[in-house]
Amino acid sequence: MKIDRKEVLHIAELSRLTFTEEELDAMGEQMGSVLEKFRRLDEVDVSDVPPTAHILPFVNVLREDKAAEPMPREELLKNAPESDGSAYIVPKVLE
Amino acid sequence: MTADYEITIGLEIHCELKTKSKIFCSCPNTFGGEPNTHCCPVCSGFPGVLPVLNKTAVEYTVKAGLALGCDISRYSKWDRKNYFYPDLPKAWQTSQYDLPLCRGGGVAFKGADGEDKFVRLNRIHLEEDAGKLIHEGGVTRVDYNRCGVPLMEIVTEPDLHSPEDAVAFLTELKNILKYTGVSDVKMQEGSLRCDVNLSVARKGGPLGTRTETKNLNSFRSVLRSCKYEAERQIELLESGGEVVQETRRWDDAAGEGSGMRGKENAHDYRYFPEPDLMPVVMSDEDIERIRATIPALKQQRIDKYTAEYNLSDYDAALITADVAIADLFDGTVAEGANPKKAANFIMGDVMRLAKEPGSEDVNIKITPAQLSAMLSLVEQGVVSLVAVQKEIFPKVWGTDADPAAVVDKLGLRQSNDTAEIEAAVKEIMAANEKVVNDYRSGNTKVVSFFVGQVMKATKGKANPKVVNEVLSRLLKG
Repeated sequence: MKIDRKEVLHIAELSRLTFTEEELDAMGEQMGSVLEKFRRLDEVDVSDVPPTAHILPFVNVLREDKAAEPMPREELLKNAPESDGSAYIVPKVLE
Repeated sequence: MTADYEITIGLEIHCELKTKSKIFCSCPNTFGGEPNTHCCPVCSGFPGVLPVLNKTAVEYTVKAGLALGCDISRYSKWDRKNYFYPDLPKAWQTSQYDLPLCRGGGVAFKGADGEDKFVRLNRIHLEEDAGKLIHEGGVTRVDYNRCGVPLMEIVTEPDLHSPEDAVAFLTELKNILKYTGVSDVKMQEGSLRCDVNLSVARKGGPLGTRTETKNLNSFRSVLRSCKYEAERQIELLESGGEVVQETRRWDDAAGEGSGMRGKENAHDYRYFPEPDLMPVVMSDEDIERIRATIPALKQQRIDKYTAEYNLSDYDAALITADVAIADLFDGTVAEGANPKKAANFIMGDVMRLAKEPGSEDVNIKITPAQLSAMLSLVEQGVVSLVAVQKEIFPKVWGTDADPAAVVDKLGLRQSNDTAEIEAAVKEIMAANEKVVNDYRSGNTKVVSFFVGQVMKATKGKANPKVVNEVLSRLLKG
């Protein structure tokens, strides 16, 4: 089941991605087949399984409110594609 | 025209919590700082990092919820709100979608028309604040210091019907939050911000289409943007147009709002459960333990001040208008000061210095012990109240000085020496025989002239009580 072009374009826009015509077609096919695989989950009978928000049997994994040294800025920005030494620089975005 | 319409307003209030560290990492939660100096791989969205939830952020949200009469969720969870924008480096905001920490509750307040009103709350959830973008010179600079600061979002029901009431409600909400101590609620520093949902409808008609105006950071801009948006929608409808559901921004300098472009307006957050965080479960004991940490709120203190201390409703309202003032008052009384005298001094002298011009914030720079010591010096007749107000208090403010030491340093110790005062009075009477005769022929008002002269001669140190006593005795002749 192919995802239609309109949907692919919408998701691409939300992700700020651009695709060529061919890529759009291929993307529709691939996303469709991923969804198809997940659709198999609908076939499982879960009527006797209680709903849960998480697959692991843990709750309240909490940290005490203590501040620690942040990362040195130089190191933090080391892998940034662009920075001015104090801030990350990204293409101009309008609010 | 406007009278034919009813305005409906609902608010979303964002409130930064005053924790020591951020919500999912241990970077310091402090305002400002050089860009990107309060950051680590977690809050900067490096790949492969894992968040660990701050216990105090959860407890503060529950504390605020309890103060606002909310039901606290026994089971709540975390979700990813997906959007691609550089203020959140992960491309999602960790938030709460269908199982928030608090539900329901509400705020009672006095409306702008003097009527008692109530706004219901829909929910309070906890999330992470976003970073700051600085647009300049054709590029956007990104500072993640604020990214990951615990942010509580309070969502009201659409129970407000005028811009003025929106501000009256916000004032009361801010007050309650400040009393609980979970946030600084400083609008200027952005620790309290507000989004406004507003629609208009013909009276008796169905609700209109709403718009959302984002990120208002002062009461004034809430008021102005609400008025602007209500008028805009009414004019649109009157001219046969339709209101489009959209997100809008407010330009406070220009005094006008504008719609965001379609692309920025496209919201499709594709929420899904956050796999990296475990649910939070609250027991009744947890909730009661947190409830016990809520200090006496405004109304409880007003009741105490009027019943136990005999303060007027007006005075009690003034003192409780800000929790910092109320705390100073309580502390000063606990140090042994007379409540009425402490109240008067706080309402006059302290408030004058504590309120910074153009700010809604109050900064107290005196301790209850210092204030109580000053009042006690007056009580014991060591100094006059005027000397405290004019000389001592301004010198003590903002320092850790001992008021008694300031009195000695400035040589302001009041003179109770009757003989010395008598000598001064006699000298002045001798030099002003005509005024003395005026007094003796019945013009007793001239006594104030003598009081003034004696004070001048003793450099304000003479105890006014003694001066009056000496004067009335000697003037009678």
